[in-house]
Amino acid sequence: MKTRIISAVLSLCALAAPVAAQNIRIGEINSYKAQAAFLDPYKRGMDLAIDEINQAGGVGGRKLEVVTRDDNADPGEAVRMAEELVSAEKVDLLAGGFLSNIGLALGDFAKQRKIVYLASEPLTNKLVWENGNRYTFRLRPSTYMQAAMLAREAVKLQKKRWALIYPNYEYGQSAAATFKALMKKLQPDVEFVAEQATPLGKIDAGAVAQALADAKPDAIFNVLFGGDLAKFVREGTTRGLFKTIPVVSLLTGEPEYLDPLKAEAPVGWIVTGYPWYGIETPEHKAFLDAYQKKYSDYPRNGSLVGYMTIKAIAAAIGKAGGVETEKLVGAFSGLEFDSPYGKIMFRPQDHQSTMGAYVGKTDVKDGKGVMVDFAYRPGADFQPSDEEVKKLRPAE
Amino acid sequence: MTAASLAVQFLNGLANASTLFLLACGLSLIFGVTRIVNFAHGSLYMLGAYVAWSLTQHLSGGVGFWASMFGAAVAVAALGALIESALLRRLYRSPELLQLLATFALTLIIRDAVLYIWGPEDLLGPRAPGLAGSINILGRAFPQYDVVLIVVGPLVLLALHVLLTRTRWGAMVRAATQDRDMAAAVGVNQAILFTSVFALGSGLAGLAGALQLPREPASASLDLFAIGDAFVVVVVGGMGSIPGAFVAALIIAEIKALCIALGSVDLPLLGTVAFPKFTLVAEFIVMAVVLIVRPWGLFGQPQSIQRALNPAEPPSHAAPRWFYWLAGALCFALAVAPLALGETSYALVLAIDIFIAILFAASLYSLVGPGGMHSFGHAAYFGLGAYAAALLLKSAGAPMPVALALSPLGGALGALLFGWFCVRLSGVYFAMLTLAFSQIVWSIAYQWDAVTGGSNGLIGVWPSQWLASHTAYYWLSLALCVAGLVFLRIIHLSPFGAALRAARDNPLRAEAIGIDRRSVQWRAFTIAGAVGGLAGGLFAFSKGSISPETLSVSRSIDGLVMVLFGGVESALGPIVGAAGFVALQDTIARHVDYWRAMLGFFMLALTLLFPGGLAGVWRRRS
Repeated sequence: MKTRIISAVLSLCALAAPVAAQNIRIGEINSYKAQAAFLDPYKRGMDLAIDEINQAGGVGGRKLEVVTRDDNADPGEAVRMAEELVSAEKVDLLAGGFLSNIGLALGDFAKQRKIVYLASEPLTNKLVWENGNRYTFRLRPSTYMQAAMLAREAVKLQKKRWALIYPNYEYGQSAAATFKALMKKLQPDVEFVAEQATPLGKIDAGAVAQALADAKPDAIFNVLFGGDLAKFVREGTTRGLFKTIPVVSLLTGEPEYLDPLKAEAPVGWIVTGYPWYGIETPEHKAFLDAYQKKYSDYPRNGSLVGYMTIKAIAAAIGKAGGVETEKLVGAFSGLEFDSPYGKIMFRPQDHQSTMGAYVGKTDVKDGKGVMVDFAYRPGADFQPSDEEVKKLRPAE
Repeated sequence: MTAASLAVQFLNGLANASTLFLLACGLSLIFGVTRIVNFAHGSLYMLGAYVAWSLTQHLSGGVGFWASMFGAAVAVAALGALIESALLRRLYRSPELLQLLATFALTLIIRDAVLYIWGPEDLLGPRAPGLAGSINILGRAFPQYDVVLIVVGPLVLLALHVLLTRTRWGAMVRAATQDRDMAAAVGVNQAILFTSVFALGSGLAGLAGALQLPREPASASLDLFAIGDAFVVVVVGGMGSIPGAFVAALIIAEIKALCIALGSVDLPLLGTVAFPKFTLVAEFIVMAVVLIVRPWGLFGQPQSIQRALNPAEPPSHAAPRWFYWLAGALCFALAVAPLALGETSYALVLAIDIFIAILFAASLYSLVGPGGMHSFGHAAYFGLGAYAAALLLKSAGAPMPVALALSPLGGALGALLFGWFCVRLSGVYFAMLTLAFSQIVWSIAYQWDAVTGGSNGLIGVWPSQWLASHTAYYWLSLALCVAGLVFLRIIHLSPFGAALRAARDNPLRAEAIGIDRRSVQWRAFTIAGAVGGLAGGLFAFSKGSISPETLSVSRSIDGLVMVLFGGVESALGPIVGAAGFVALQDTIARHVDYWRAMLGFFMLALTLLFPGGLAGVWRRRS
C-alpha cells in the first residue's frame, strides 16, 4: 500500500514537473502482469541498460528514458497504449511486445502512424516476412530461425519416425510446420507419425504422453513451454516416454522454462536456450557482472532481451544522429551494435536481427536444470535465401 | 490404435474426471444452496495449489505431503468462510448479477495477491512420496498417483452423498436447495448454514487444487482455466446436482482423452482431421449439445422456487423534455470537443474507445436489462461484427465504409443462429449456453488460419483516408454511438420493448395475453447482436487489427461489468458504466502496479456501497 501511495505521488509529481525536453523517450508496451515470469527480468534488463547509457552521458548528450505500459495481453489495448504513448507522452519510438498477435498489431500501427517499432520478443515469422513493413524491426531470433537451428541438430540423430507436440496456436503451428519442411529437405526419408496440438496452458499431459508413446516414434520434436512443458515432462518421465526416445525441444534451455523444473529437468534433450552460467565471452561476462551486481540475481533470457533492446535503440539513435523517424529507419536497417552476444546486425532485407541462440543438451546439476555441450548459433546462419525472403516480404 | 491403448486412455480420462469433479462439486454445492454463481471458485482452486506448495516446502515425507494437501483444503475453506460472512452475506438480497460482479472482483484481487505473495514463476510441487512411480497396465507405465486420483473422486462423491442424505446438516442443505425461504421459515439458521456450505465448497476447491500439485505447477493462470472447466461441468451435470457433476466430469474427460488417442485420422469426405485440436473447445461443444437437448443439464431440475427479491421495476417512460435538451447539449459539446483538443490529443483516442464500449455495453444492456437475459457470451457478436468488417475489407475487397456498414449483419446473423437455441433456456443455463457459443466461435477464429488468421488475427484493417484522422474517426464513432443508443431507446419504448419486459417480469402472464415469449426474446437477441456487431466493426477500424481476443470471455465479462457498474435499472447505466470503466482502467493501469487488484477493490466497494450502480447513485438521492 505504501509503495502504491508513493508511486501515485511520484506520478503526480511527474505530471506536474515539466518533462526535461531533451530526454529521448522510448515508449515500451508489454504484457507485464500476464507474462510476469519473462517480463519482470526483462524490465530489469532494460533498466540496467538505461543506467549504463545515461551514466556514460546518454546518446548524443541526451538522456534515455523508457515509458512502460501494460497491455493486459490484449492487442486492442496495446494499440491504445501506443496511441497514448505517441500522442500524450510524445515518445520518439516504440518497443516491446511479447505475444505475437500484439507484435503484429503494433507493427501495423507503426506502419500506419509512421513511427519506428522495435519488436523485442514476439517470435512470429510474419512480423518480418508476410506482414513486415518499413518501420518494424525485430530483435529475438524468429520461430523459423530457432526451429532451423534445431532441425540441423535433429538430422544428426538419424531418426526416421518423428512425433511432434506443440501448443495449438500460431507459434506452435508455425514451429512445427517449419521443422517438418526443413526436415523433409534435409532428410527426405523422414516420417511424421504423430502430431499432438494441445490447448495452450491446458495440456492433458497424461493422455498426450501416452498417445505419443503409442505411435512408437524414434524421436520427438517439442514446442511446449511453461506450465505445459512442466506437466508434459513429469507425465512423460513417469510413463517412461523419454527413456529411449530422444527429444529435440524449442526454448527449453531458457532459464524461464528450465528453472521451474528444478531437479526434474529432462536430461539429454537437445534444446535452444540461454546458458548464462557458462558463456565465457568478455561481452557476456561484463553484462552478467553488472546485472548480478545491480540485482543480486542471475539474468534470465528476458533480462538479456530487455538489455539488448535498449542497447540496439541507443545504437540506432547514435547512428542516426537524432530521433527523426525516417533517419531512424535508415539507421536501423543494417545497424551493427555490440551486445552480450557480440556484434549483432539488423538485416536490411527483412529487418530481422542476427541475434542467435545457444543450442545444447539439457542436464541436471546440483538439483537444477542446466544446458551442457552448448555452442552459440549466430542468427545469420539460419535464414532462408535472400530470394525466398524477398518473395515472402511485400515490397515497400 | 489398439484396444490396449484405448483402455489405458480410458484410465487417463478417469483420473482427469476425478480432478474435474473435485473442482466442480464445490461450485455446484454452493450454487444449490446460496444461488450464488461463484466466479471466484477457480481462484480458490488456484489458492489451494499455492498453499499446498508452500506447505510442502516445510513438511516432508509421506505424512507431511498429505498433511499439506489437507492443510491447504482447510486453509481455503477458512478463507471461503471469511469471504461468505464478510462479503457475500451482504449480497444475498441483491440481484444475481451483482453477486457475480462481487465474486469477479475477488478473482482480480486474488490473482494479484498470488503474484505478490508467490511471485510470477511457476512453482512445481513435489511428487507424492511413495507414489512417484508407475505401475504396469497392459504393457504401459501408468502413474501410481493417477490411480489414487481415480479412487479419490468416487470417494468424495460417496462422502458428499452420505453427508447430504444421512445427516441433519445434509437435510438442511437439501431443504435450503429446494426452497431457502421456507427453510428459513421453519427455523434453519441461514447464516450458519450458508457459511458452512460455502466453506465446504471452497475447501473442496482447495483440495482439488492441492491434489493437482503433483501433476501440474502452481501458476497464476490456473484460476481462469479452472473456472471455465468448473462451470461447464456443473452446468452439464445440472446445477446443484452432485452426481450430475460427476457424470459430466466423466463425459468431458473421456471425450478429451478419446480425441487425443485418435490423433490425426483420414476420414472420407473430410480429409485429415486432427482430433487433438478439438480438445481446445471439446467441453464447450459438449455443453452446447447437452443444453440444447436438456435445458437444465443432465441431472438438473427446473430452477427451484425463487420469490421476487426486488420490487418490480417501474415501467419505462420517455424521459422528460429537459433531459433531451441536456442530452442534445452534451452531444453538441462532444462533437465540438475535437476542435478544442486538437488532432494529436490522446483524449480523442480514449473517447473513441469509450464510444465503442458504450455501444457494446448498451447492446448488452438491452438483453440484460429490459430483456432479463443474462448473456455471458456477448463478445461473440462484437467479434463477429469485427471479423465481418475485417474480412469484407481484406478478403472481399469491399471499401471500408461498406465493410463497416455491413458489420452489424455479422453480429445479427450470429445472434439469429445462436439466439434461437438460447431463448429456449433461462437463468444460469441461458448464460452458460451463450458462453458456450461464444467459446465455439472463438475457437473457430483461433484455429481457422486460412480465413481468420488464427491466433494472430487480421492486420491492416484501417479506415479509408478521409476517416483516418483521429478527429474524423472520433466524429464517426460518436455519430454511430448516438445513433445506436437512440435506436435501442426507441425499441425499448416501443410496444415491442413493452412485450420484452412483460416476458421478463412474468412469462406466464405475458404468454396469456398473447405474447410469444421466445419470438420476442429471439428478436431482441438478434437486435442486440446487430448493435454489438456495429461496435465490433468500429473497434476493428479504430485499432487497425483484430485477433481472437475480440471474441474472448474476458470481453464478455468486461461488458457485464460495465453494465453492472452503471446499474442495470437505468438506461443510462451502460453509458455511465462503460465510460467510467474504460476511463478508470486506463488511468489506474498506467499509475498502479497491481492495477487489477485495485480495480477489484473498487468494484467491491461499488457493490457494497452503491448496489444500484453508478447511475443508481443519482437515482437514490432523488
